[in-house]
Amino acid sequence: MSDPATVYPTDTTPDEPSALAVHRAMLRLREFETKVYEIFLLGMVRGTTHLSLGQEAIAAGFAAMMRPDDYTFCTYRGHAHVLARGAPMAPTLGELMGRDGLNGGKGGSMHLTSVEHGAMGSYAIVGAHLPIAAGAAWSATLRGSGQVAVCFFGDGTTNIGAFHEALNVAATWRLPVVFVCENNLYMEYTPIDSVTAVPNPAADRASAYGLESIIVDGNDVDAVMAVARTAIDRARAGDGPSLIEAKTYRHSGHSRADPGKYRPAGELEAWMQRDPIVRSRERLIQGGLDKATMEALEAEVRAEVETALQVASTLPEPSVDAVDRQLWSDGGSRWRN
Amino acid sequence: MAELTYRDAVTAALRQEMARDPSVVLLGEDVAAAGGVFKATPGLLEAFGPERVRDTPISEQAVIGLAMGAAMTGVRPVAEIMFSDFLATCWDLVANQVAKTRYMTNGQVSIPITIRTANGAGLRFGAQHSQSVENWAMAIPGLKVVVPSTPADMLGLLASAIRDPDPVLVFEHKALYPERGVVPDGEHTVPLGVARVVRPGTHATVVTTGLMVSRTEAAAEVLAAEGIDVAILDLRTLIPLDTAAILDSVRATGRLFTVEENPRVLGWGAEIASIVAEEAIFDLEGPIVRITAPHVPLASSSMLEDAALPSVTRISDIIRRSLS
Repeated sequence: MSDPATVYPTDTTPDEPSALAVHRAMLRLREFETKVYEIFLLGMVRGTTHLSLGQEAIAAGFAAMMRPDDYTFCTYRGHAHVLARGAPMAPTLGELMGRDGLNGGKGGSMHLTSVEHGAMGSYAIVGAHLPIAAGAAWSATLRGSGQVAVCFFGDGTTNIGAFHEALNVAATWRLPVVFVCENNLYMEYTPIDSVTAVPNPAADRASAYGLESIIVDGNDVDAVMAVARTAIDRARAGDGPSLIEAKTYRHSGHSRADPGKYRPAGELEAWMQRDPIVRSRERLIQGGLDKATMEALEAEVRAEVETALQVASTLPEPSVDAVDRQLWSDGGSRWRN
Repeated sequence: MAELTYRDAVTAALRQEMARDPSVVLLGEDVAAAGGVFKATPGLLEAFGPERVRDTPISEQAVIGLAMGAAMTGVRPVAEIMFSDFLATCWDLVANQVAKTRYMTNGQVSIPITIRTANGAGLRFGAQHSQSVENWAMAIPGLKVVVPSTPADMLGLLASAIRDPDPVLVFEHKALYPERGVVPDGEHTVPLGVARVVRPGTHATVVTTGLMVSRTEAAAEVLAAEGIDVAILDLRTLIPLDTAAILDSVRATGRLFTVEENPRVLGWGAEIASIVAEEAIFDLEGPIVRITAPHVPLASSSMLEDAALPSVTRISDIIRRSLS
């Protein structure tokens, strides 16, 4: 068992961006995901979705601490991470709707990517992207670019081989990568603690790789930003990787229309009391922000999402010609002459 | 013109490309200090330094993941998977991530990664270190598949694989490492997707790769002494596939044989047979015949491994019987 976990203080105020800007970033993610759930139930999104409702502080908090050229690697629960890096909403929604969106209709909800914003892909096979993020971090050291890779994954990932392979090599090579476990207590439907040998599935494994055991309240955006800054600075300074376990909770089910009935009565309600956006809002108002300003901000964000949906709805479907394009770097998919 | 072993041709290709392009790096188990378990990478650590030539843990998912992440961000990695059988341990990274990410992102990333691996039988290593798995890779859209049979092709095809902007798997035949052959002087590349005519012939076309090329040549010598004149094509790459060379030859000879080490079901010869059946059936004067291993794992005993692999005698007997 590892040493007692380091719990970072929650009263750290970031230098930049402003607390209001970070709150706004979280609101955008909340409103976006709320809209996605609504249009999924209306049949406007085929396939699947995995929402980050309730987990916005992690995506927004880390993104706020990243340099524009840093890399984000995330999972199929990735809408929030890709948007938090600056991917535009309308093509992102369009991609979910099967239109010629962020990935030209070839990725969908589980593979959102915006390389120009540092969002290097959403990976839908559990664990695969941890070594890939380590590779991007290795590349940054080879090129001397000073970039950091931040890799987000769920609690279920901590029991798959690629997690351990990536942690070991990243620590051995002292790579500038920050591994962030979003522990929302459930893999899909099964509680993580019912299938894991240690109570903190990521943090309790850190010592196996010579890393500090770090747990943060993932529903406290100030705490997330503090821990993010420390880990990112450390990586950028050449002091190697970090493994952070952010405790959080998804307000919705695992995917699609999952009602989450496997959760005990009262659990969701208890976590709703710790909603990261409610907490951030209260903090801002206690700090002197007037309610009218907050309500105007909330209305502005809701309008932004409505506009994005209108724009997304006008995006064309992909041209059928695209089906055999962009397999290879010559733009085509030819395999024979 | 220098004479090199197939093994030394691997080293020569890596040396040539690492000297030419500083973004080329090499990683894998035992590739640096030890020079590779097949001794295909000696001297590269000393020549190019520990930043560019790195030993990894026995973590194949990490090896391919590191290479992919680096390839997406401006580096040109050559990853070694010691035995091709071990690709099964990192097949998610190869088949789901490396192969598909360019397409899934609609071309937002390129993945110029080369994966070298020792493939094939002949060294009595048994069922988990002797397989020919190039057809696994061939079945996944997004992977190019290279199967060199000579030192010159090893050098030239590996160099082209490294320069290629997309993922390339290079299946080095482990039984060929000590084989010698002439390689051209100076910088050498061989384009991907161009088959080599090993010998011309009029009575049949025999399509083969890797270790089976020399066995097929020996079988052709036996048949030539009997007045049977077969053409041999060494495909050199399976993806891209030089179907034009195959179809041209079959149209001239009227018969097709494929010789491969793969177990029978869905070996690459099945795809060749399908293409020829669809596009040249009226040029055929007899059935297409596939010469393969039986559909069993490979055993370690010399007697049993030899019984499974196509031999010179088996190749010549089957062709003779089929043409008579």
